[in-house]
Amino acid sequence: MPPTMTNLHATDTATGDTRSSVSPTQTPKPEDDALQAEGISCWFGKRKVLEGVSLDIERHSVMALIGPSGCGKSTFLRTLNRMHELVPGAGLAGSVYLDGVDIYGNTLTPSVIRRRIGMVFQKPNPFPAMSIGENVLAGLKLTGTKHANPSELIEWALTRASLWNEVKDRLHSPGGSLSGGQQQRLCIARSLAVKPDVLLMDEPCSALDPTSTRRVEETISEIATEITVVIVTHNMQQAQRVSDECAFFLAEENQPGHIVEFGPTAMMFSNPTDPRTNDYVNGRFG
Amino acid sequence: MSNTALNPKMISSGGSERRNTSTFGRRELLEILGPLALSIGVTLVLFLVTPLDGALGFFIVAFAMFLITFYVTVRKARGAKHGMDRVVSVGITLAALITATPLVLIVWTVFQKGLPGLTLNTFTKTLVGVDPGADPKTGGLLHALTGTLIQVGFATLVSVPFGVGTAVYLNEIKGPFTNIVRILVDAMSGIPSIVAGLFIYTVWVVGPGHGFSGFSASLALAILMLPTIARTTEEMLRLVDPGLRESSLALGSSQWRTVAMVVLPTARAGIVTAVILGIARVAGETAPLLMTAFGADKVVGPIAALHAPQSALPLFIFQQFAQDQRQRAWTGALVLILLVLVLFVIARVIGKDRTKRTR
Repeated sequence: MPPTMTNLHATDTATGDTRSSVSPTQTPKPEDDALQAEGISCWFGKRKVLEGVSLDIERHSVMALIGPSGCGKSTFLRTLNRMHELVPGAGLAGSVYLDGVDIYGNTLTPSVIRRRIGMVFQKPNPFPAMSIGENVLAGLKLTGTKHANPSELIEWALTRASLWNEVKDRLHSPGGSLSGGQQQRLCIARSLAVKPDVLLMDEPCSALDPTSTRRVEETISEIATEITVVIVTHNMQQAQRVSDECAFFLAEENQPGHIVEFGPTAMMFSNPTDPRTNDYVNGRFG
Repeated sequence: MSNTALNPKMISSGGSERRNTSTFGRRELLEILGPLALSIGVTLVLFLVTPLDGALGFFIVAFAMFLITFYVTVRKARGAKHGMDRVVSVGITLAALITATPLVLIVWTVFQKGLPGLTLNTFTKTLVGVDPGADPKTGGLLHALTGTLIQVGFATLVSVPFGVGTAVYLNEIKGPFTNIVRILVDAMSGIPSIVAGLFIYTVWVVGPGHGFSGFSASLALAILMLPTIARTTEEMLRLVDPGLRESSLALGSSQWRTVAMVVLPTARAGIVTAVILGIARVAGETAPLLMTAFGADKVVGPIAALHAPQSALPLFIFQQFAQDQRQRAWTGALVLILLVLVLFVIARVIGKDRTKRTR
């Protein structure tokens, strides 16, 4: 059993390495970044929870946001598709560029942005009043979009979320009848069905069992060939397994959260520059 | 010898007897029945030899005596703390039973008095051409039943959009007037029904001169239904997981579509319950109908009800009672209670179906 584990781990890091070793061969241009956050600060009421966070997220890669609870990583994630502003009393400064266009500018509306930048939440929440199939198509229905071939889209999205084989015979049963892990994959399929450019995932596996977690991680690796993924996780092994790059958030006592360090995942875990990163990834605090 | 050491008893019982963890057994039952028999017996003797009289007095004396003897019994057997505990549990159980008693008695009385007058005629005939003093089995209350259905139906059509709309405003839009609107809706639920009737009488029946009609009754009933529907629906919307709203918005949905396609369908069963509670609230209203529907002996259809006076079950009961036609009044009461009962059963069935769907 242990050798298999080591093997798996080695393969995973190997794929990670391949990816990060591919990108430096191409000259890094700003167009390679799908999302760029510049000087993001956040408030809840008068309390500042995030200060001056800038982060470039490379196209078709997986960026993991790690850090102890309350460091503002989920808040940061929610600024990336304008979900943060839905919290009453929430405030924000800075800019987020999607393919070079400021999502907080006047050219794009929040609903257009959220269609292009999807989100999967911590708690699986398929719409209870809809069947499995309807849940997948919910994004189209909710934005009033027609699709030429809905059943094809359902199959495509559920296959990408590796749920198709389990539910293909009961697309008409309610989404709530699935297990927790299946529900979360249904939520991923629901997000993929609107064909977003970016998918934000807020601790998508924290409510799931190990097997379901593994399937979701496989899904993430698969979709990252076409979609940019930003994932918040408390699980260091998960960050290592799924991400190409990592950003470490920290909120020191009574201070708003900020990024301590970011870079290729392999580097962040094997040879971080900041001692605090080293302590965190090795489980010495947080 | 070592083979037979396998204890067959151990195998059959799986090594352990199933324990009875119930806290109420034979002994507890005897502890209640003993004092109960004693106190009823003593009270009986007391009422026979002394001038004490009356069912209520008997009940009170027997009950007080029971509580005392019961406390003494349990205290003797298990100590003061336990004695108090048992006395309080039994006292509270009895209080709950007593609360349910009036409902049981009302339903029982209505059935007992109303059933003799219930015939097929009740549902197929009206009071047209029926002499007030005639045998109560001639004629029926079809005109009143249809009147109630039409008036309550119109009232529902009017109050559901406004009520649900108000609930959506209070819980989803949360606009600047949320608190004022909520206070006003609460105040509205305190409007005496006769005031709602007078109001519609003034602004609809005599003011613009529309006259007595089933529809004006619907308007008065709608005023009374609206707060119930709005506040109950608001509570139901509050139960919808906020994560569903977030998920919907995160898919690029507008707030309007989120409410219409996610929130309201999720709360559907709750909203149906709210509407049926609203209907049950007004189905038996009598006072406002006196000033609006006025009453009629013949069946008035939904279109005619816009301008013509119409009967209704509560009006029918009231008018038959006033004419000393007690049998017809009781039968009307029975039909009214059955109608409300049917509505509650429908609400239960819809509510249950929903919870099963969401595991």
